Amino acid sequence: MGNNTAVINLKNITKHYEMGSQLVRALDGINIEVERNDYLAFIGSSGSGKSTMLNILGCLDRPTSGQYDLNGKNVAKLYQNELSEIRNLEIGFIFQSFNLLPRANALNNVMQPLVYRNIGFRNRRSMAMEALTRVGLKERVDHLPNQLSGGQRQRVAIARALVTQPSILLADEPTGNLDSKTTLEIMELFDELHDEGHTLIVVTHEEEIAQHCRRVVEMKDGKIFSDNSSKKKAHEKAH
Amino acid sequence: MFFSLIESSRSALAAIFANRLRSFLTTLGIIIGVASVIAVVSVTGGMSAFIGDSFASLGADSLTIRSYTPFEDLMKGIRSRLTPGDLELIEKRGEGIASITPVLEANRSSQIKYGPQTAYSLIMGTTYAYQDVAQSYTQIGRFLAQSDNLTRRRVAVIGEDVKENLNLPDNPINEYVELSGEWFKIVGLLEPMGDIMGQSRDNIVLIPYSTMVSILGNQSRIDIGIQLSLTPAANLENVVSQLTTVLRSAHDLRSDEDDDFRIQTAEQLMEQFDQILGTLTMVIGGIVSISLLVGGIGIMNIMLVSVTERTREIGICKAIGAKSNHILMQFLIEATLLSLLGGLIGLLSGYGLGMLISSSIPDFPPASVPLWAALLALGFSGFVGILFGILPAAKAARLDPIDALRYE
Ligand SMILES: Nc1ncnc2c1ncn2[C@@H]1O[C@H](COP(=O)(O)OP(=O)(O)OP(=O)(O)O)[C@@H](O)[C@H]1O
Ligand SMILES: [Mg+2]
Repeated sequence: MGNNTAVINLKNITKHYEMGSQLVRALDGINIEVERNDYLAFIGSSGSGKSTMLNILGCLDRPTSGQYDLNGKNVAKLYQNELSEIRNLEIGFIFQSFNLLPRANALNNVMQPLVYRNIGFRNRRSMAMEALTRVGLKERVDHLPNQLSGGQRQRVAIARALVTQPSILLADEPTGNLDSKTTLEIMELFDELHDEGHTLIVVTHEEEIAQHCRRVVEMKDGKIFSDNSSKKKAHEKAH
Repeated sequence: MFFSLIESSRSALAAIFANRLRSFLTTLGIIIGVASVIAVVSVTGGMSAFIGDSFASLGADSLTIRSYTPFEDLMKGIRSRLTPGDLELIEKRGEGIASITPVLEANRSSQIKYGPQTAYSLIMGTTYAYQDVAQSYTQIGRFLAQSDNLTRRRVAVIGEDVKENLNLPDNPINEYVELSGEWFKIVGLLEPMGDIMGQSRDNIVLIPYSTMVSILGNQSRIDIGIQLSLTPAANLENVVSQLTTVLRSAHDLRSDEDDDFRIQTAEQLMEQFDQILGTLTMVIGGIVSISLLVGGIGIMNIMLVSVTERTREIGICKAIGAKSNHILMQFLIEATLLSLLGGLIGLLSGYGLGMLISSSIPDFPPASVPLWAALLALGFSGFVGILFGILPAAKAARLDPIDALRYE
């Protein structure tokens, strides 16, 4: 771990896709630092590279070039299996489409990341119960995903992200599939998690969601267009 | 590793049972393969020991001579025969022979009647010497006598089964039965002989050889069998070669011609049976390996489909920290369990089938599956699962997390 408080430090990160003869610069020279307990929103128009950004931050994808220090360790050039381990230990991912395992109930879904850590069943279970209690789903632990509402599913997904006590929580349009009331509930949960000391990075194109965040980074054509650490400024900029 | 093994097995079972019908159909090849081999093994297992016993009771020092027509001659319409003349010759010139008797069997089982009862039985024309040669004695009454043959008497010695089938009284002596339209007086009841290869040796009617000849008519075409037993001092091989020489010269065979008869010992019969059993085992082995191969391909096929279907799931698992080997193990265990379950079902149904078969044949020993066969069957099905699971599992393990998550 580095001696500064930056959890994430990206230096000149690019991600290129070759589409036939055309080169798509999904990320085009990104430099950004994210501090511990930051609460950050990536906004920007469709195709601006937000998801690509988050996938790289979440070690799901590898950049074409550049350096990515996660907790002071360069993870840009790691092998898939090493990335799996990083994802398991350091990252909590929350997806727009929840991405729960369809045949596993809520409890098993939340326990699943701990399986890859070789944690025994009893410990897994109690840790998962704790996480599910934290997101207010104590009563629903034996429900299958298709027996839960969208908001509840996303809570399970959040519990699954929390259960490993990751250094960052990443959410790609976490409320994109939810109604406005549920969206608010989820965002309030995020606010609480931030208050509890978690580092959160959220991709969104909804103004109300960005407003919850302490820092808003706007992306455009694979570049960082603006970066404001205060809520107010970001609000003005967005208009 | 241990935890994830249990965990993988648990979710593999969940995946298998989530698609019960498909899993069952997938493993059908394995089920059929294992079931057929277990059924055969369970039936033949008890049988071969049992048959060994039966052959031993035939007497190791007895010989049977029968005519033998080579295939080429059969095509030309020539049939080899053993004649009463051959019998006389052997009686005169054979060495080391204790007793000798002709046997003349009807081609197929014949109808016998007693009052309103009708039964079918093997009718055999023979002489008093038969009892020594075949070690077959009467429990009630007397055996065929020499005088019966000389006067072509219509008398019969019957086996236990015939008595039962015809509802004859416990002492059937002096009862009359109808055979080929003639009346025969029962003079003796044989001791029970048990059965051989599932066929009863007690469903037999012995009548004088000369009487049988006259029933069959057309003496010149008669093809008899000759049974003989050896004196204790006689050497089996010497007797066989001497008999061969006698018969070859009697049949005017040139030195380049094959024997037109076969001299069989009880031992040879047993060897023949072992050979048949061996061939059967090989054929079954072939069927099993083919069906295991087909079953394995079926499993591979379904596992590949399953990997594609669950691409997104694989992506999710990778996103939350699964390494390639976690995914590999997951699918490998699933394929192996699938095929093991198939093997288990096959084992049970094969055993059931074996029991059904052996219980439907009267006097057959009950089916039993030796432990080695059960373990081998399960081992092989597990092996097939691993072998054919590798490709789909490797395909799953290689998936890129991002691509897998995006998969619709
Ligand atoms: N696998 C890929 N192959 C080729 N091009 C890709 C791939 N993934 C993303 N892109 C391109 O990279 C650019 C950024 O995509 P990205 O998904 O990051 O956008 P986004 O900001 O998340 O958009 P949205 O708000 O619609 O989700 C887009 O132009 C997209 O077409
Ligand atoms: Mg996106």
